[in-house]
Amino acid sequence: MAILVGRKTKALVWGITGSQGSFHTQLMLEYGTKIVGGITPGRGGQQVQGLPVFDTAREALERSKADAAIIFVPAAHAKDAALEAIAAILNPVIVITEGIPVKDEIQIMAVAKEKGTTIIGPNTPGIITPGQCKLGIMPAHIFKPGKVGLVSRSGTLTYEIAASLTNAGLGQTTCLGVGGDPVVGLSFVDVLKMFKKDAATKAIAMIGEIGGNAEENAAEFIRQTRYPKTIVAYIAGRAAPPGKRMGHAGAIITGKAGTAETKIESLRGAGVKVAMKPGEIARLIKRS
Amino acid sequence: MPVPDGIVAATPAEVKEACQKLAGPVMVKAQVLVAGRGKAGGIKPASTPEEAERVGNEILSMTVKGEKVSKVLVEKKLASKLERYVSIVVDRGSKCYTILCSTQGGMDIEQVASQNPEKIFRYQINPLLGLQEYESRTVAKALGYSGKQLTQVAAIVSKLYQIAMNYDAELIESNPLIETQDGDIVAADLRILIDDNSLFRQRKFLERASTYEPDMTQLEIQAREKDLAYVELSGDIGIIGNGAGLVMATLDMILDHKGKPANFCDVGGGANEERIAAALQIVMGNPKVKVLLINIMGGITRCDDVARAILDIQKKMGIKIPMVIRLVGTNEKEGQKILADANIPSLNSMEAAAAKAVELLQKVQ
Repeated sequence: MAILVGRKTKALVWGITGSQGSFHTQLMLEYGTKIVGGITPGRGGQQVQGLPVFDTAREALERSKADAAIIFVPAAHAKDAALEAIAAILNPVIVITEGIPVKDEIQIMAVAKEKGTTIIGPNTPGIITPGQCKLGIMPAHIFKPGKVGLVSRSGTLTYEIAASLTNAGLGQTTCLGVGGDPVVGLSFVDVLKMFKKDAATKAIAMIGEIGGNAEENAAEFIRQTRYPKTIVAYIAGRAAPPGKRMGHAGAIITGKAGTAETKIESLRGAGVKVAMKPGEIARLIKRS
Repeated sequence: MPVPDGIVAATPAEVKEACQKLAGPVMVKAQVLVAGRGKAGGIKPASTPEEAERVGNEILSMTVKGEKVSKVLVEKKLASKLERYVSIVVDRGSKCYTILCSTQGGMDIEQVASQNPEKIFRYQINPLLGLQEYESRTVAKALGYSGKQLTQVAAIVSKLYQIAMNYDAELIESNPLIETQDGDIVAADLRILIDDNSLFRQRKFLERASTYEPDMTQLEIQAREKDLAYVELSGDIGIIGNGAGLVMATLDMILDHKGKPANFCDVGGGANEERIAAALQIVMGNPKVKVLLINIMGGITRCDDVARAILDIQKKMGIKIPMVIRLVGTNEKEGQKILADANIPSLNSMEAAAAKAVELLQKVQ
């Protein structure tokens, strides 16, 4: 068991002919992910990593079955790619691309909501169900199958924490990054609901950061639903000054909102254990 | 948009001339890319051309929140009866644009939001349909308008939305939107924030975006030109890492070890030689930096390549201050050996690396 992607997931890669798309397709195939082909307009009929390239999703789906999409195309074309994937009824749609205009992100999310499509990202490392399926750019060797679900707003910090869980003997059910942008497809609450239903997930590591109020909303949800599984959280950005964007477009403290302190407080208020450093998460999960 | 008559001026003499042309009392407004210029003294009234010249001279020699004033807008002063607030912002949680408006215009809207939240009316815009005319009227009504004024205000709201969409705005705001003694509605102040990510299709803003940067340090501007996420802080431990979350966590850890980070610097998820070199140049440009901590979670990147790159850059730039490097990922053993041979401490855990950086700082001092 896992969430969103697993052994049976078959994916199409948008931007498979680009350097990132081609490189990561190779790594995903090596991991055992089932990828049936790629989409690059104008390059239909070619092959990349032994896979067929199609001009359109419609053509690809006439030739083979797929149920998920992963998007590597540049920001200027990412909305178009995401809308094509949604229209092709692929679900989930993982958008790796960073730097997409917020107006486009809002439109993608509105269409996805109407069609019931789950969008992971944009600006995400992707999703991995260890031992089964990797749809993303994360280094595979740091993950191991197990019982911890991991959800994060960050990329390399996710790797840091996944590696420390694995080193501590705590494998994972599914790990995913919701994305570092202000407007993303999944909230912490959405993912917590999925992990709640997944019998294999026994504990959850939740990695937040300054900016927005996704962590506060998660805290409220956890408190109200008396969330039945152990959650350990970590919030990055205690040293961040207000008004400055810390790398991620979404990581900015505006006024008094979005500080690490308010997030940590509200999570603790909801009974969530909050680690003060990334390495502490594994210890706190083990103890519970 | 109905705005007051105005003329842009770059010298006190031009300000005087503008005031003469506008024939009456004026407001002289600093043209700077910062919010809150009024409070900082960047907006002043003048009733005669002579006074306008004097006020213009004052404002044109000012620096508002770090930005030098090079132009002012000389605007006809309107006697306002009422001041309103209208803006359209990106609503992260609801994933849509939201209209915020209030009858308490002319004030700091964040203050209104915290003290009198009931005075703010919010209206979410359906992203698939865009703002409809009846919705603009609903907003105008919420601001207390009816009759001819309702139509006027609704037209302004619709126009704000159009501008926001056409120019990829994260925020568009009129504060205040005024009602003159004659009952006309005029946007006395307008502010727009363009989404940085849209600059590939909003090219006319590209040049201004890179040259005018309020409240930014010299190094922050340089970093921006090199597409590096860099924020200068007040401490003495220089930090470079890959990935925003990881760098934030590194800063936090330095703080926990009673050290003070000198900066935030993210070279991006992958960590190639060129970007690390650019980052080193920026971070070392800050004379306060006494110790350098590099935290690379290589992942797919090969650590031996990163280690060689760091040594290469260190030699080329002649970096003399102590460095601590935390390097993990593919080929990490080889990478760490290369660094150890060059007498640079390299560690597996970021916690140990942060502790080491603070320890080295104490030795330097």
